[in-house]
Amino acid sequence: MTTDALAGTSTPNTASAPRPIAIPNDRLPEDRIFRAVARAAGFAAFIILFLIGFFLLLRGLPALRAMGPKYFTTSGYNTIHKPYHFGALAQMYGTVVIAIIAVIVGVPIAIGTALFLTEYAPIRSRRAFIAMVDLGAAIPSIIFGLWALHELQPQITGTTTWMAHHLSFIPIFKANNPPFNGSFFIAGLVVGLMIVPIVASVSREVFSLAPPGEREGALALGATKSQMIRTVVLPFGRGGIIGASMLGLGRALGETIAVYVILGLDFVISPHILEHGGTSVASFIAAEFGAGGKLGTSDLLMLGFVLFCFTLVVNLLASLIVNRSRSGKGVEL
Amino acid sequence: MAVFTRARLTTSEVPSTVTPIGESARLDTHGVCAWFSGRLVLESVSLTMERSVVTALIGPSGCGKSTFLRILNRMHELVPGAQLAGSVELDGLDIYGGGLRATDTRRHIGMVFQKPNPFPAMTIEENVLSGLKFSRIKLSNDGRRQLVEEMLTKAGLWHEVKDRLGELGGSLSGGQQQRLCIARALAVRPRVLLMDEPCSALDPTSTNRIEETIRDIAEEVTVVIVTHNMQQAQRVSQYCAFFLAAEGQPGRVIEFGETERMFSDPADPRTSDYVHGRFG
Amino acid sequence: MTQSRPGVQDLLRDVRTAIPDGNGSAGNGSAGNGSVPADDSMSTVLLTGDVTRVRLSPPRRTHDFGGTGIVLLIASAVSSFAVVWIFFYQLTLLSGALGFLICWYACFLLMYWLVTTQVVDRSAATDRVASTVVASCAALVIGALLYIVIWVALKGIAHFSIGFLWRTLAFYQPADPHLFGDVGVGQAIVGTLEEVGLGALMAIPLAFMTAVFLNEVGGWGTRFVRTIVTAMSGVPSVVAGVFIYAIFIVPHVIGYSGFAAAMALFVLMLPSITRTAEEVLRVVPGGLREASLALGASEWRTVRQVVLPTARSGLITAVVLGVAIAAGETAPLIFTAFGNNDMNYNAFHGPQGALPLVLYENIFQAQQVVVQLAFTAAFVLMVLVLILFVAARLLGRRSTRKGRFRKLVTAPVRWVRSL
Repeated sequence: MTTDALAGTSTPNTASAPRPIAIPNDRLPEDRIFRAVARAAGFAAFIILFLIGFFLLLRGLPALRAMGPKYFTTSGYNTIHKPYHFGALAQMYGTVVIAIIAVIVGVPIAIGTALFLTEYAPIRSRRAFIAMVDLGAAIPSIIFGLWALHELQPQITGTTTWMAHHLSFIPIFKANNPPFNGSFFIAGLVVGLMIVPIVASVSREVFSLAPPGEREGALALGATKSQMIRTVVLPFGRGGIIGASMLGLGRALGETIAVYVILGLDFVISPHILEHGGTSVASFIAAEFGAGGKLGTSDLLMLGFVLFCFTLVVNLLASLIVNRSRSGKGVEL
Repeated sequence: MAVFTRARLTTSEVPSTVTPIGESARLDTHGVCAWFSGRLVLESVSLTMERSVVTALIGPSGCGKSTFLRILNRMHELVPGAQLAGSVELDGLDIYGGGLRATDTRRHIGMVFQKPNPFPAMTIEENVLSGLKFSRIKLSNDGRRQLVEEMLTKAGLWHEVKDRLGELGGSLSGGQQQRLCIARALAVRPRVLLMDEPCSALDPTSTNRIEETIRDIAEEVTVVIVTHNMQQAQRVSQYCAFFLAAEGQPGRVIEFGETERMFSDPADPRTSDYVHGRFG
Repeated sequence: MTQSRPGVQDLLRDVRTAIPDGNGSAGNGSAGNGSVPADDSMSTVLLTGDVTRVRLSPPRRTHDFGGTGIVLLIASAVSSFAVVWIFFYQLTLLSGALGFLICWYACFLLMYWLVTTQVVDRSAATDRVASTVVASCAALVIGALLYIVIWVALKGIAHFSIGFLWRTLAFYQPADPHLFGDVGVGQAIVGTLEEVGLGALMAIPLAFMTAVFLNEVGGWGTRFVRTIVTAMSGVPSVVAGVFIYAIFIVPHVIGYSGFAAAMALFVLMLPSITRTAEEVLRVVPGGLREASLALGASEWRTVRQVVLPTARSGLITAVVLGVAIAAGETAPLIFTAFGNNDMNYNAFHGPQGALPLVLYENIFQAQQVVVQLAFTAAFVLMVLVLILFVAARLLGRRSTRKGRFRKLVTAPVRWVRSL
């Protein structure tokens, strides 16, 4: 190795390139313990999640064994006398129908609300409006149910009656038997209202992240505010909106009490959403708790497992979509 | 009622939705002042930017050049707490006078920003045509293709992207993105083009190309350019306005005149100090 | 010099009349010789820096939704109301205010758009209608939520008395004429407090540790744990309830009790507190941690004495918010606490009541008084949740103000002093 004393540089005349040294692992014992404990805490969550699935499946297996694969295609709840005849079909159908209605009703309103909060609300009152919408996420679902039963349903029965009479050319609105309450439609409406605060909150975060440079670019070209929102904010927020909708969907799938209060619980599997009757997984579990004997309890637990899997898949998909999108990178789903 | 008469002005007096075809306009400002949340940041600027002339706004940062520029196309009012006074006249019509809507003003007076902001969800072709979409101007397919080619050529980008017009706007380099933004701004055939330090984030080659573009379009579009780069001001502009804000004071125009004169023989000592690089 | 262009000439003239006689010295507008050149060539125009006494004109109006716009809005609303009123009751046999409202709104939007296009061009009209639609979405939502809150309050407060809060439902006879003087939801309040309290007690350490792991420790397993926490936050409350039922109550390990409910609520609170806490920790500036480490602190010390205290108000907010939502949950309690009309202070033995359960049990009863009882309990529950929610928001706001910055500075110093 020759050293050029004047220039201060050194020229190695061997062929070895510099290599990094290994950093000694000299963490304090208290730190080692701390890190181990913290990591264990993180994995405790995994253990709990695993236990949920495991025990629900375990205790639900007797029901599945009693009915075999027909469990998923049968509708009914005879768990006391042989031959047993029960299954998850009507419940799963109802859950999906209500969730779809809730998302169709709730997501557009939530997006509109989020746009209002981020783009149109006057700045001084913005915080107050945001607080009022977020409050909706804290209102207990049983209070939603109470209000829906006593206030919303009586008022909306008139409208659903009209729909049944005048809009019956649309297949799903075809309905023949009054009363036109206690239906999937009304339950879906209520659950839709319940998911608005969550979807609006996530959408709001997403919209506020839309790059101001692009907004200015659109406005400088002469776009009106709604044109700017359509060209810049909504395309940017697409991933976040989808994620938020799936979050809302997950909540709608699991909604128990409001559905229990509204639906007239029978095993109805029909596309006529205005008609009375129907059931969903969550509300059925709550309603039939204690009835049905041992096998019935097992049936309820199996239903719980089914619901658990549904919502797990929906949630994981949601976070996957959001994380891959442009708007999702800054947002906590 | 007076209130209805004023509203009518938009449809009859001024052709607000028809694109003017390449006629550069003159901008006059009288006593323009600007406030941000009650604080005066710009005081009494009265400048004339002649048609078909490139006017440069120079001065150290924070003197209100960009604020002034944004007043010219009604972007200033978008900031919460921003206010302005004075008048800005586009060929004699006061753009704040109520006869011209803000969105229409912005179609007549375009803007190119410091940081390139093409729409990433749109292709290059859609980006160029996006201004037309906002103005609801419909062209035939041929008309659209012709316009895209013409604008990208003017911006000096045609040869680089003519084979990939279907790619997304965000896939270009910084200099290319800025030229795309210029093409986009020119596609609506504005009468004035405002440029807020368009080259400050770019490499010298892109800067060169953009300055070429400015020289090419100067005849059909009045250009007002804010620049920190004094050599650039000398290269592209015919007239120059020197802005300065003294300590704790709002920004003002100290001197305005022909660029050559401003740099070779400035009348105010402060201008002289600035152009000779004694402060910046 | 070339001949002067009219524009600049006008400018010269304006400038000369506007500038008072000021000289070139800075800071004073004293009289002196004007610095405007005497020649009329438009080579240079000077505006000295002392143009201080030019009178500033008042600010300009920049929005275009003025008197006309408001008049149009009101006019469309009124006329569409009239139109729908006529058609609604004549043509259709609808009943209910809701149907009328829907028709009125649709008609109003259409009218508003038609009228506005007469006055401004189509894009501006569409823009205004779009703003109206967006604003109505928000009005609908906020209106509905306020409707719920106020309705519950009005219905519940009618028979509310302060004793309602500690009397119990034991021995209650619906036929009792003085029902509301004899019963109360005391047992439910105790139940809710104990169940939520125990659940929070179990959830907080685990949630904070998990948040610390995700944000401070990191390393392998971070993405996995984060996915798990996200997945867990989607678990419906009823599933949490049946889970505890399946794992403990079915095999008779634990009977129906407040503690079982606490465990179910723990499962629900864990992911929500973890995620909020993680966000809060993320906001703590990295410079603080570096400062502490540079002073020689261990990671554990840094977390315990710098990061956590700095994030304290945010962490409290996370907890209070999680508690507020857990307090309103009904479904998990059905399978675990089971409900009790009598006071049960022991959360570990025997079924316990809770506020949501009182509602759940009485909501479908036929007798009016019982329904009224449910409303009163609903009022109590609503007030409780509201108080917690407002507290969470107030605490959260404080964390962005001076409190945190004070701790920013003093935390490392305090630690050094503690050595």
